[in-house]
Amino acid sequence: MAKIKTLADLKKMKEDMQSKVDLREKADSPDSYVQIKVGMATSGIASGAKEVMDFLIEALEKRNIEAVVTQTGDMGYCFAEPTIEVKKPGEEPIVFGYVDTKKADEIIEKYIKLGELVEGIIPVNYQVIDEDK
Amino acid sequence: MAKYKMHLLVCGGTGCRASASDSIVENLKQELETKGLLDEVQVVMTGCFGFCEKGPIVKVQPDNTFYTQVKPEDCAEIIEEHIVKGRKVERLLYEDPEKKEHISDSKHMDFYKKQIRIALRNCGMIDPENLDEYIARDGYEALGKCLTEKTPAEVIDEVKLSGLRGRGGGGFPTGLKWEIDSKYDADQKYVVCNADEGDPGAFMDRSILEGDPHAVLEAMAICGYATAATKGLIYIRAEYPLAIKRLKIAIKQAREYGLLGTDILGTGFEFDIEIRYGAGAFVCGEETSLIHSMEGLRGEPTIKPPYPAESGYLGKPTNVNNVETYANIPIIINKGANWFNKIGTEKSKGTKVFALAGKINNVGLIEVPMGTTLREVIFEIGGGIKDGKKFKAVQTGGPSGGCLTEKHLDTPIDFDNLLAAGSMMGSGGMIVMDEDNCMVATAKFYLDFTVEESCGKCSPCRIGNKRLYELLERITQGKAEMEDLQRLRNMSQVIKDTSLCGLGQTSPNPILSTLDNFYDEYVAHIKDKKCPAGECKDLMTYTVIEDNCVGCTACARVCPVGAISGDKKQIHYIDPTICIKCGACEERCKFDAIIVK
Repeated sequence: MAKIKTLADLKKMKEDMQSKVDLREKADSPDSYVQIKVGMATSGIASGAKEVMDFLIEALEKRNIEAVVTQTGDMGYCFAEPTIEVKKPGEEPIVFGYVDTKKADEIIEKYIKLGELVEGIIPVNYQVIDEDK
Repeated sequence: MAKYKMHLLVCGGTGCRASASDSIVENLKQELETKGLLDEVQVVMTGCFGFCEKGPIVKVQPDNTFYTQVKPEDCAEIIEEHIVKGRKVERLLYEDPEKKEHISDSKHMDFYKKQIRIALRNCGMIDPENLDEYIARDGYEALGKCLTEKTPAEVIDEVKLSGLRGRGGGGFPTGLKWEIDSKYDADQKYVVCNADEGDPGAFMDRSILEGDPHAVLEAMAICGYATAATKGLIYIRAEYPLAIKRLKIAIKQAREYGLLGTDILGTGFEFDIEIRYGAGAFVCGEETSLIHSMEGLRGEPTIKPPYPAESGYLGKPTNVNNVETYANIPIIINKGANWFNKIGTEKSKGTKVFALAGKINNVGLIEVPMGTTLREVIFEIGGGIKDGKKFKAVQTGGPSGGCLTEKHLDTPIDFDNLLAAGSMMGSGGMIVMDEDNCMVATAKFYLDFTVEESCGKCSPCRIGNKRLYELLERITQGKAEMEDLQRLRNMSQVIKDTSLCGLGQTSPNPILSTLDNFYDEYVAHIKDKKCPAGECKDLMTYTVIEDNCVGCTACARVCPVGAISGDKKQIHYIDPTICIKCGACEERCKFDAIIVK
């Protein structure tokens, strides 16, 4: 991997990364990416987040849905693990709690495909400090 | 096939359910059906919005309308006005308590400003095993800024100005700590990250390391630059395998990108980080013990001074900060000290992460500005007490802290207020207790922990805590006398005054604070031989209510010690001298014929 040699390099890299993410988010053609983040902290994994993540990756591929599934840290909703955040292009992200493989299947079939919400939504109730806002 | 254009989200939290949110869902669906809109509008029940005070909540998407205190009979109006005619129902909108204005877009509600994520800003946002994602969120820019635009002294000034205080428990000003450390010259200096999170119920440091490891690495490098140290060490307990794995990946990636190592960002600055494992001893959260443990010695504290800033790891100047403290540093540099010090109270700046646990609905991690009240944390963000029970106390500060009660609920949380209330901030564990928790048993639980974790080096802590525990045990067994309460107090004071390190100096706090706030409960155990909360088994007796007993023998069969006698269809009898109070009989009895007193 290339080393980052100066602060300017670092900033350029940041912009590259951000525009890549932006591109994903702004696209609103139906086949553009769905982004899913799976909360994979100890509490999530202990409640089965790994299986859910594997299932999501496999199922989305089989069903030909273009999606990016990534892991992330603790979202803070330990009472409702495993938790996942689903972001459809052009829409606000939604967090689902108590997601087992069955629920994950329901989320793909109902929410991702049809835009129908399923039970288990956790309303986000905090603000995140963002540098650019 | 249904193609929904709108969604109605109804809160299904405990509080809202208690105020009929179930029938709200029913009514909404019914109204939609009569209007023939079931295919266009979907009604869903969600988790707790955390706004229980104004429940039940109905949120309309996509326009973010937030209706509060909705009654089942309001549903027709919501559907008719909002959904069909597109006019918001003014009277149900949330009213801003100060401006007295109705707020229709929930994003503008103050409530959403109750939690501000600074230390947890990337937790649950980025992939912790991918450095690119951290960089996309301004990662390592603060380090770059420090190395190219600021002198070490300017970095320290910035941290001092921010008012950041140590998040590990003591609340020592971080900038000052760095400044003291920077004054000592040596051929090798160290930066240490204390990730030996030991308070029962606290897990924010683990979560930060698991969710955003680079923030800690970056902050340590900044600290290295500010204090002229070139080596960083993270002391982490081996019980955190996932955090260790992610840290290792993060360190490797940072080295590959040249963000750790020699000549960082072409500035000639050199800094590298290694991990040291602890075996999970509570006392190793104390900085001198931690350093000894890293050196391969027994994890025992030594008298300060000399402070680690003068003579720390291998006798060299060492700066020790906690994980959460470091996690605040990059953002302070990026957004400026004057941004950070506007958040919080006069003497406690910024936010604090709390791990909510115990008898609370929304167990989890939260981050609130300093100065938020306990009531807001427990009843709004935490969603209140489980099963609608009554709030009794909240334990903060772990084994070094104390129990706060109803009368403290409106105290703004910060370092000094918690100390004044007889507890402390600690690392941020918050264990909520309800009416079924016995305060004497709670104090005993913490003493049991400190007795176990005392390193044994100094006698007040080694012997004194054991004696305190024995006294508490006598109380919970109903064998104590009133004089024992004075003994508890006296001994507690002696242990606090004479112990070598923070562990012993604070270990009697759970006793002192419960004695202050729940004196009557102690008295009830001693004088009446009763545990009002019903937690102390030794003080309970199981008896058969003769009128209800049908002689089914179920209890006698389930009793593990054969304490229950009685023939078929005859009234049974529990022998209190044999009974071990396991409660199995009470659970098994179908006729409510066994009572506990």
